[in-house]
Amino acid sequence: MTSIIDLSRRGFIVGTGATGLTIGILSACAPGKKDGGADTPQAELPEVNAWVHIGTDDVVTIRIARSEMGQGTLTGLAQMVAEELECDWDKVTTEYPTPGQNLARDRVWGDFLTGGSRGIRTSQDYVREGGAVARTMLVQAAANRWGVPAAECTAAKSVITHTPTGKTLRFGEVAEDAAALPVPTDIPLKDPSEWKLIGKPVKRLDTADKVTGKQVYTTDFKIDGMLNAAIMAAPMRGGTLKSFDASAVSSMPGVKHVVQVDDTAVAVVADTWWQAKTALDALPVEWQPGEGSDHSSAAFEANLDEGLTAKDAFLGNQVGDVDAAFAKAAKVIEARYNAPHQNHACMEPMNAIALWTADKCEVWCPTQNGESALAATAEAAELPIEQCEVYKQLLGGGFGRKGAPDYVAQAVKIAKQMPGTPVKLLWSREEDMQQGFYHPVTKALCQGALDADGNLLGLKIRISGQSILAGIMPQALADGIDYIVFQGLLPSGVNPQVEDQTLKYTFPTIKVDHAMRNPPVRPGFWRGVNANQNAIYLECFMDELAHAAGRDPLEFRLAHLKDSPKLAAVLQAVADKSGWGSDDGKSRGLCCFYSFGSYTAACAEVSVDENGKLKMHRIVAATDPGYGVNPQQIDAQVAGSFVYGLSAMLHEEITFEKGETQQKNFNTYTSMRIAEMPEVETLVMPSGGFWGGVGEPTIAVAPPAVLNAIFAATGKRIRQLPVRDQALR
Amino acid sequence: MATLKVNGKTVTVDVDDSTPLLWVLREQLGLTGTKYGCGIAECGACTVHVDGQAIRSCVYPVGALSGDEEITTIEGLSKDGSHPVQQAWVELDVPQCGYCQPGMIMAVAGLLNNKPDATDEDIDREITNICRCGTFARVRKGIHLAKTKKA
Repeated sequence: MTSIIDLSRRGFIVGTGATGLTIGILSACAPGKKDGGADTPQAELPEVNAWVHIGTDDVVTIRIARSEMGQGTLTGLAQMVAEELECDWDKVTTEYPTPGQNLARDRVWGDFLTGGSRGIRTSQDYVREGGAVARTMLVQAAANRWGVPAAECTAAKSVITHTPTGKTLRFGEVAEDAAALPVPTDIPLKDPSEWKLIGKPVKRLDTADKVTGKQVYTTDFKIDGMLNAAIMAAPMRGGTLKSFDASAVSSMPGVKHVVQVDDTAVAVVADTWWQAKTALDALPVEWQPGEGSDHSSAAFEANLDEGLTAKDAFLGNQVGDVDAAFAKAAKVIEARYNAPHQNHACMEPMNAIALWTADKCEVWCPTQNGESALAATAEAAELPIEQCEVYKQLLGGGFGRKGAPDYVAQAVKIAKQMPGTPVKLLWSREEDMQQGFYHPVTKALCQGALDADGNLLGLKIRISGQSILAGIMPQALADGIDYIVFQGLLPSGVNPQVEDQTLKYTFPTIKVDHAMRNPPVRPGFWRGVNANQNAIYLECFMDELAHAAGRDPLEFRLAHLKDSPKLAAVLQAVADKSGWGSDDGKSRGLCCFYSFGSYTAACAEVSVDENGKLKMHRIVAATDPGYGVNPQQIDAQVAGSFVYGLSAMLHEEITFEKGETQQKNFNTYTSMRIAEMPEVETLVMPSGGFWGGVGEPTIAVAPPAVLNAIFAATGKRIRQLPVRDQALR
Repeated sequence: MATLKVNGKTVTVDVDDSTPLLWVLREQLGLTGTKYGCGIAECGACTVHVDGQAIRSCVYPVGALSGDEEITTIEGLSKDGSHPVQQAWVELDVPQCGYCQPGMIMAVAGLLNNKPDATDEDIDREITNICRCGTFARVRKGIHLAKTKKA
């Protein structure tokens, strides 16, 4: 989940002059619509502008381009439009425009990509502007009706008032007139001090249906005549489909088709998914091993270890003469850490519905990037993009996985083999575990040079391991360098794509480099991306250095944060709130990190009993994202990101043998449960003046804080992840 | 062929006896609130009640039911979302993506059926559903809040 976009694909979308679009049954399944259908208020009146539709009943429908996957972006973006629109929040609902509509309207809604914690921060300006423009047009329409200057009118709670006379008109009464007005430009936005809705802990707009089972995900969607597909791709890396015996299952209940998908997968299509899955399990299939089919995680360890001391490496950050610093050190500290492959394991497995005919292809799917899903649809459908459409549905979790449209292309390729029949493809959990875009594997060698007084003279971090960009978008490498690998460890000014991922500590000398060692495993953007492992490498090692120097870990960190008062502030805040330094017998660990444009810190309190059993009691977290649109949802994201990060730290590891994923379901790929959940206390500290991310930045700080607290409790460093069943004492 | 009593209604479905209850609910009866997450009773997304007890329907063959049991799904937990657990969930904005929440809510409602005064230890022991969004902090608060509410 980063800012990197497939530019070739984006260019393709932008460059295609599309006309005409098919809305299909979009409105029936758009978020916020309770009954849907063609005669919703949307059909009555034209939109005020691309962002806002107002019905005669005053219901305000706000268009949301980014995807909702649980992170609350839908509500946050609606708050921002509504803030400038001055509408009644109780009458706000939302809907997704389609990628096809965006294409046809010259990308009026901008970027659909929902990743890199950018849902709000990279669209905040133009969505607020969308609300302000709509308000200006509504006010102008009312002023025209009354024959008065617009400057004499104000808008609040969906009512326009002519101040001198007290006359009022509702938004719904002038929406049609407003829509016919020319679109004004250069409308000033409110100063943050005037915000009434942004920054308030309003309730989410999408909760009610999620507690009654009424919320429709793609998997719940049914179209008349629809068939269901279960799929299995080659289980070994690089494998292809050699043969399958369809006749062995074709007479099983409900089975309609057995089809090949590309040269790598086979799918059974049946009346119900359970029938399809049952037949697929019974289908005789032979696979042809290929490049990578002999991959073994255990054997690959040697490559990673070799990279830790290899001569050649890509340079990420270098300040001063680090070797000279080490040469005059009184003490040199060294530690090796690792981070394994991990799977996203969204609760909703990959799925999509496709309907293909010779002149049209429609897809319903969860996706973090509607535009790339549309491009994948067109490519798989072998149709012009103007003849394709994607209807985005609510995601049952994304975490970066649903930015890749592999499952969308599969659904289309299956549907293409049965024209006119809608097909719903649903992956089994086993397929989801085996066909991931895995959190990349890396190791780190950390070295620090201290003088006799315990001052840090130099720091070296060598990262050895996999590059996401090299694996899935090599065109984004910069002269071979993957800057994402250096998340949170970079100097400022190195690359605009990672300017929000820089190192905030100041050290006399530093060298961070990367020996790229790529296993034949498809990597991907996993919530937090490389910040997760880099925070462990940097922040656990900072703790080691502080102890080696005989200094307090808080004081030691703050001594190197003189140039970053914002990071120092969140660190100090968690230390104060948690009672750092108090004499109460609790074992505490600290971490601070800057990523995705936000300053974050955590202080964990743990205990380890005499049998070595860990209990995480409490974590105090702090984040400064610049502006906090919805503090109660920031709190939810912080606590939720901690579960994702701590679950990975404690349990999660994907390993390969003979190219095959060894963990095939949640029985062997353990996910944290409520019993392990610490109490989380979140300090939201928006200092203003910048827009940082929320969904990802805090994930990085919980694991190092806990690992450092384990050391405080036991005197033992845990450097091999996941912690799992390692002896903590 | 199996006869079931689901959310108070008796229905007959034409499926193989080995078909898990989950897929009968979703594909034969159109009750899609109950979710598929793992198929091996690990994650709890498929949790429903059989005679008031929470069970994981993805491994529960429909043939194991006699037809007399009262099966309750998320759609039948209350008529209007007014079950104490649902009220608490709305009040605290518990769900994030929401996919696991029907199962989570049914598991919690099952726990409170048996233990209206469930303690944190009861929660730790009996609520073992997976939520990848990580709603656990609010789930715990929600359980304690639900204990104070009436349907």
